[in-house]
Amino acid sequence: MTTTDLPPVAPAATPEAARRTRRVPYWLLLPGILWLLVFFVAPLVYQASTSVQTGSLEEGFEVTWHVATYADALSEYYPQFLRSVGYAATATALCLLLGYPLAYLIAFRAGRWRNVLMVLVIAPFFTSFLIRTLAWKTILSDGGPVVAALDALHVLSLTDALGVTEGHRVLATPLAVVCGLTYNFLPFMILPLYTSLERIDGRLHEAAHDLYARPVTAFRKVTLPLSMPGVVAGTLLTFIPATGDYINAELLGSTDQKMIGNVIQSQFLRVLDYPTAAALSFLLMAVILAMVTVYIRKSGTEDVV
Amino acid sequence: MAPHSRVARALRRNLVVIAGLGTLAYLLLPNVIVTVFSFNKPNGRFNYAWQRFSTDAWTDPCGVADLCGSLSLSLWIALWATVGATVLGTLIAFALARHRFRGRSSVSTLIFLPMAMPEVVMAASLATLFLNMGVSFGFWTVLIAHITFCLSFVVTAVKARVMSMDPRLEQAAQDLYATPLQTFLKVTLPIAAPGIAAGALLSFALSFDDFIITNFNSGSTVTFPMYVWGSAQRGTPVQINVIGTAMFAVAVLCVLVAQLAGRRRKRS
Repeated sequence: MTTTDLPPVAPAATPEAARRTRRVPYWLLLPGILWLLVFFVAPLVYQASTSVQTGSLEEGFEVTWHVATYADALSEYYPQFLRSVGYAATATALCLLLGYPLAYLIAFRAGRWRNVLMVLVIAPFFTSFLIRTLAWKTILSDGGPVVAALDALHVLSLTDALGVTEGHRVLATPLAVVCGLTYNFLPFMILPLYTSLERIDGRLHEAAHDLYARPVTAFRKVTLPLSMPGVVAGTLLTFIPATGDYINAELLGSTDQKMIGNVIQSQFLRVLDYPTAAALSFLLMAVILAMVTVYIRKSGTEDVV
Repeated sequence: MAPHSRVARALRRNLVVIAGLGTLAYLLLPNVIVTVFSFNKPNGRFNYAWQRFSTDAWTDPCGVADLCGSLSLSLWIALWATVGATVLGTLIAFALARHRFRGRSSVSTLIFLPMAMPEVVMAASLATLFLNMGVSFGFWTVLIAHITFCLSFVVTAVKARVMSMDPRLEQAAQDLYATPLQTFLKVTLPIAAPGIAAGALLSFALSFDDFIITNFNSGSTVTFPMYVWGSAQRGTPVQINVIGTAMFAVAVLCVLVAQLAGRRRKRS
């Protein structure tokens, strides 16, 4: 493709030129769409076919429409499914709870520090996320200050009782995995929140104040509703990747915290049971799609996505 | 009770500031730990507990086998993935931003899907394709995988920029007898450039730091994230922290220089 094929802007003068103009978008699309068809759509088709195959590595796999793989996979791994959704939902809620004040601070209270704070929010990305996730092993380690402080405050006794931690330690417990998930996806919550908060006209706050709204009321009636697009976008950007994640569960959890991503990874790369891995992938997509659809309906912002 | 209530009131008024800074601390704490532990001299294979100060790793960053090789491989893959995704993605973005054509909404959906899908699903499906085709895993499969998932992000970044551009600028160029090629090179491209640059930067960062998709499609090829992942089992050399810290410092420096340059340009 050469640059001369690129869009002429003014309406074409002759019918011949008009025909050429009409073809332009297709030429532009051709290479990229072809790429996606071959390396994105075709793989999904292959995976769909793999999920109904039976056989073994030695004898090869064959399409036998063995749909029972789905039922077997679900009945064997539903604890991991439930755990994934539970961990991801908790992490998403925590991201919202932690991220909203920071996004609000940057949008309305930072003044000339705004750019500095924005850079600080993005800065962690500059270090490989695996290295940063490993740093949580140090932070949450058994003899470390965090565990000591939580223990001194009797928090760990409480969380042990709730089943969130175990044996007065944090590493290799659900708490560590959720903490890692929250940490890793927090910027994906903060950035859309900030974008939608920053768009709010400051005069609306003044108007609310002039009409004798208390700060809490002004927030509830003005700021929060106007930031809903950011909340919805941030929630999706956090929840979807967190549900499929297996890195935090692998690095910070134990075998009791394995998520569905861990199962897919080990079925595919270690057990080499491709049909089960494929079926689990589609089940994961179905679960996420269902949850996202319900969420978008409930939040009443269908035009956002 | 008066001073006490004044403190309480100040606290309440600045509650959002305190909470926000707390979140920021949570975000930055691991970076601090990574930096501090790049000066550690651990006993044994794992660099998780502080022992004593040492600059050994800093003076010998490539001192562990395969580490720097994996790093340069990752940079190399990220470079080509960026080139591929930027070219393909920019073309699609122009088509979507500038043209009405049949199948436009299906194309938009096709671009949106890879971003909305959990990475592990995309990773497994692509690996399934390669397995079925009998392609051996390595550099090329990783590169193809990276181009595929970076593509959508480039389209999104470039499309946003082109959409916000005033079409009258191009009409003006044409009224002044510029050929379509001249119009494109002198007007359209310079205006779209920041969007293309943003898409390219994002691609580079996504590709360089990608783990899940690489994990499924790399075979025995070891990129930097794959190296770090493996080291979590084998033992984490301090050099990993050195590279993490250096990357962080270089990136922050780039941002600072860009900010200063921007400010100076604004002033002059």
